[in-house]
Amino acid sequence: MYTTELQKQPSRPVAESKAEKEPQELVDAFEARVAADEFIEPKDWMPAAYRRTLVRQISQHAHSEIVGMLPEGNWICRAPSLRRKAVLLAKVQDEGGHGLYLYAAAETLGTSREEMIEALHAGKAKYSTIFNYPTLTWADIGAIGWLVDGAAIMNQVPLQRTSYGPYARAMVRVCKEESFHQRQGFEIMMAMANGTPEQKEMAQDALNRWWWPSLMMFGPPDDESPNTAQSMRWRIKRDTNDELRQHFVDVTVPQAEALGLSVPDPKLKFNDKTGHYEFGEIDWSEFWNVVKGEGPVAKERMSARVKAWDEGAWVRDAAAAHAAKQHAAKQAAE
Amino acid sequence: MDIKTALFDYLLRLGDDSLILAQRLSAWCGHGPMLEVDLSMSNIGLDLIGQAALFLGYAGEVEGKGRDADKLAFHRDALRFRNCLLVEQPNGDFAQTIARQYVFSTWQRLLFQGLVKSGDPRIAEIAAKALKEIDYHADWSAEWVVRLGDGTAESRDRMIAGFAWMWRFVDELFQVDDVDAAIAKAGIGPSRASLRAGFDAALKKTFDAATLPLMPYPAAVLGGRQGHHSEHLGHLLAEMQFLPRAYPGATW
Repeated sequence: MYTTELQKQPSRPVAESKAEKEPQELVDAFEARVAADEFIEPKDWMPAAYRRTLVRQISQHAHSEIVGMLPEGNWICRAPSLRRKAVLLAKVQDEGGHGLYLYAAAETLGTSREEMIEALHAGKAKYSTIFNYPTLTWADIGAIGWLVDGAAIMNQVPLQRTSYGPYARAMVRVCKEESFHQRQGFEIMMAMANGTPEQKEMAQDALNRWWWPSLMMFGPPDDESPNTAQSMRWRIKRDTNDELRQHFVDVTVPQAEALGLSVPDPKLKFNDKTGHYEFGEIDWSEFWNVVKGEGPVAKERMSARVKAWDEGAWVRDAAAAHAAKQHAAKQAAE
Repeated sequence: MDIKTALFDYLLRLGDDSLILAQRLSAWCGHGPMLEVDLSMSNIGLDLIGQAALFLGYAGEVEGKGRDADKLAFHRDALRFRNCLLVEQPNGDFAQTIARQYVFSTWQRLLFQGLVKSGDPRIAEIAAKALKEIDYHADWSAEWVVRLGDGTAESRDRMIAGFAWMWRFVDELFQVDDVDAAIAKAGIGPSRASLRAGFDAALKKTFDAATLPLMPYPAAVLGGRQGHHSEHLGHLLAEMQFLPRAYPGATW
């Protein structure tokens, strides 16, 4: 799963970074390395604004993986066959694994996992808007794999070449697993689209509900995406939101046709001249409402995360206390 | 009891134990006390689903009435389930989940150490694969018993309460009935009673490391192997079986 840049305010501009009096020769050398597509590693010098942007983006991405376990987790206990149950459990577990190595990548920038999780629970850190929509039927599990993971792959493949080494390497692992996720989702949709009339109805209904939120996953349009230019210059981002969104539509519409399902957009049509699909206007007010935490199940998602964290506190304390006792006993023995 | 009937029932016992515990563990996914633990519980759940599919698939073949693993998992009611009462117990807090897992995996390891030598080659093969997984489950849960028992005062109290919940279901694991007697006689599986000494020894070792008191066992609650379950199983099945039951003709 992936979250795009959700900060509406521009990051502090370069001029302000200069006000932090970063030595010009270091800044120049950094910019040159990034422009030459070199990886920046944790111990390398980097501008403070670059570090801040990365922590924000990687932690948003990690949070999205963890919150993203919830909508699909909602159906593990109701998966309709042993095989589907195993595949879904494995998939949701993968998302947790992605969260783990993304938190680890962000930690290399000097922010602890606990700090990031506290920021999430305090509502200061964002996660992908897509997870604030509910999973109502089993077809939603198919739609999430097909559309949401499909969109995630498009966002993440370019990030394998992002300028920060640990993030790029985490993305290489994530991408390998996401393509399996996308396939399992499409396979569920295929079974349902070719199934009984009730199953087909569920499949179409899921596409109707997930289509527009999936397009929103690529983030605001380029002219309202204040950080895109800076992030692209720093190679934190490699394509614009609108480019990726167009690519997603171009790839996904023929898949919907193959399934025999209709995309819920009356303005959708293929333009022979451009070779691209034209599509209708996205409801950006809905997007910004969901970003603000007003998505249909935003409260459920956040309260589930906070509950798991709070109720797990005694477990984490016990593990730490036991480790300290072991350490003390070992030292006493030496 | 003829051996085919006994074998079918025995395979259901093996498959249902794994299936029901997997269902319980699945409910933790996304809600664990820390990410690493969340992933471990999903891993164990995945292993158990795999075991369930193999045993139930074989059970369906032995029965010879055209039922496959899914048919057996999703289209039997509680009276036809043959799992032990332990695995259907609610997750409770993390300590209760660990108590259940530790008791089950410690017992299951001993059982499967016998099953790898089964006279039924199919069972021996499944057991050999599963035993590697079970070794991890037993070790992982024992480590958590030690951490929680020897962690903080709160975690110790919770660990004791977790075992106190599960304690009445321990004896059932070693209960021998006609099915087990027939299976042991045919050389298909070890006598369950023979596993007790190994279980008690393993438990003592873990409890000592965890600085936990060994509590006396209360009166045993029995019945799972005969289909008389706790109140919890019906609810678990209602959730697990909902889709295949609501849309009987559908393929997913």
